[in-house]
Amino acid sequence: MKGGGRGHPKVSGVLPIALGSATKVIGLLMLSNKEYVAIMQLHKPVNEKRLREVVSEFIGRIYQKPPVRSSVKRVLRIKEVYNIEILEIDYPYVLMRISCQHGTYVRKLIHDIGDVLGVGAHMRELRRVKTGPFKEDETLITLHQLSEALYVYKELKDDSLLRKAILPIEYAVSHLPKIAVLDGAVGALTHGADLAVPGIAMIHEGIRKGDTVAIFTLKGELVAIGQALMHSEQVVEVSKGIAVKIKRVIMPRGAYPRQWKKKQLK
Amino acid sequence: MEITKRGIEFLQELDTFGDVRRKWIIKKEAETDPKYGKLPRDRTINELLDYGIINLDKPPGPTSHEVVAWIKKLLNLRKAGHGGTLEPAHP
Repeated sequence: MKGGGRGHPKVSGVLPIALGSATKVIGLLMLSNKEYVAIMQLHKPVNEKRLREVVSEFIGRIYQKPPVRSSVKRVLRIKEVYNIEILEIDYPYVLMRISCQHGTYVRKLIHDIGDVLGVGAHMRELRRVKTGPFKEDETLITLHQLSEALYVYKELKDDSLLRKAILPIEYAVSHLPKIAVLDGAVGALTHGADLAVPGIAMIHEGIRKGDTVAIFTLKGELVAIGQALMHSEQVVEVSKGIAVKIKRVIMPRGAYPRQWKKKQLK
Repeated sequence: MEITKRGIEFLQELDTFGDVRRKWIIKKEAETDPKYGKLPRDRTINELLDYGIINLDKPPGPTSHEVVAWIKKLLNLRKAGHGGTLEPAHP
């Protein structure tokens, strides 16, 4: 079935674009879970019960070798498929919703389903419906809408459309557990200090040791991304110690005072 | 103070957007000083162009890389990046 005028499948959907310094958060988005809606084209008819059985076998941990033309090393990888839901069957097409770990090749997954079914299958169309916190909602915009928003801003001096098109960077980490810190702790964090318990004003419940957390000011500005060294309840109980190891500073230095330095000098 | 209230409201908006259903625990009652920083909603367009993110509906056809290059040129940015490739060739 190679060739046969199949060409590349149509691929569209949620692709978050980080602007300028916001590119510091894209590593985090790349590692976030993805959700797709895909059309599988079967090469021969199969029994529906058998199709459903085989598809459900691909939920869970699966082995995948990246395709020949991929940009990563071609070694067998374990990827987790969280769910596959068959939305519609209209032979030879099967519409499916797939949620999976980042880096799962949906085209490969569909090819492998076809192999196990014994009839062969390929991916006809793919649409990504979710990347981390970004999904198909009122914030999703097309390239056309973006250029229109820019035109209205530049030519008509009206920034309302562009403001809707460009979300504050904070949205990119909105799916993470969060901590809000005191003004006095911000300066030290932007200079690379870890977050100590006395600097914390508010914390989400249920954070476990090792979790990736986002650190904010009380104005809601993103300061940094880090890894929790304590769970939430521990942070509430103790009065000192390092609560979060900082992995990535997002906020530029200078917006908040270097208060910790003054204290040291006294 | 009003600014702290609005800051916390913004954090709750983020929770809703990110589908995070955790409760907040108050460790220390505090206010934030309006002298420093600013509410994310009060950023200027130029500030958003350096600390912003677009939830783009990528059309079929171009590669993710091509889409980023196009947006970079359109918005006249020194840097831009996408959060996870979405390619016709090997998605």
